[in-house]
Amino acid sequence: MVNLIAQTACFGLLPKTIGTVSLTEVDAGPVTLIAPHKGQQKTVSAALKTAIGLGFPAPNRSVGTSPRVLWCGKEQALLIGAECPDLAEAACVDHSDAWAIVQINGADASAVLARLTPIDLRASEFKRGHTARTLINHMTGGITRLGAQSFEVMVMRSMAGTLVHDLTQAAENIAARAELSG
Amino acid sequence: MRLPCPICGDRDRREFYYQGHAGMLDRPARDADPQAWNNYLHFRENPAGETRDLWHHEAGCGAWIVVTRNTVTHEVSGSVLAEKST
Ligand SMILES: [Zn+2]
Repeated sequence: MVNLIAQTACFGLLPKTIGTVSLTEVDAGPVTLIAPHKGQQKTVSAALKTAIGLGFPAPNRSVGTSPRVLWCGKEQALLIGAECPDLAEAACVDHSDAWAIVQINGADASAVLARLTPIDLRASEFKRGHTARTLINHMTGGITRLGAQSFEVMVMRSMAGTLVHDLTQAAENIAARAELSG
Repeated sequence: MRLPCPICGDRDRREFYYQGHAGMLDRPARDADPQAWNNYLHFRENPAGETRDLWHHEAGCGAWIVVTRNTVTHEVSGSVLAEKST
């Protein structure tokens, strides 16, 4: 049997530092999409709580750090960083390696993202642990706030190259303007 | 233009796909008479005032929603999940 070499979605493209921001790929480990059957969200949440100590997140919220459960759509969430427990009342689909996840950190992180997404990223509106399904330039994806100057951006893996390109271009524009205004 | 999603809150119009009048939800019975099906498929109201439209929060949570808006004032006055609209 040939030993295949696993490559992450942004292999060879990241990390990068541009102006005040850094772009780093997140290796998420196992990822599972959990979609509770109709009316079963509470049951699934309780089962998750027993198995991994985290419940099913409210819409637009993320719970935990490692592992974590990230809301990712109507009645859907991603379990990231742990194998999925047996959940009889939910449809569970393996999404490991299906997402390209990039962390953007630094003073201009929200200014860079503001060039790419229509959502309100102000800290008063979009707090730590908040997540949103939204547009990232022309792609649909997700944005999660990890800290004051730290966000995570995710799109489907097939768009990894475009994500890195778009983030890079926005960061370069912000850095260039900062340089001009001295 | 921003639309209120019952799940995500106010979001930019670019995140939504417009389907048409919410009357599409009132599908006639299979054995309804041809006139009812003809009305359902081809006839649309064109109100000057309040109307209800189906939108898909395509780049967001994925929900189908019914948005109430006014064609005269352009005011958007609310939205509900399509599954709860009838
Ligand atoms: Zn939504």
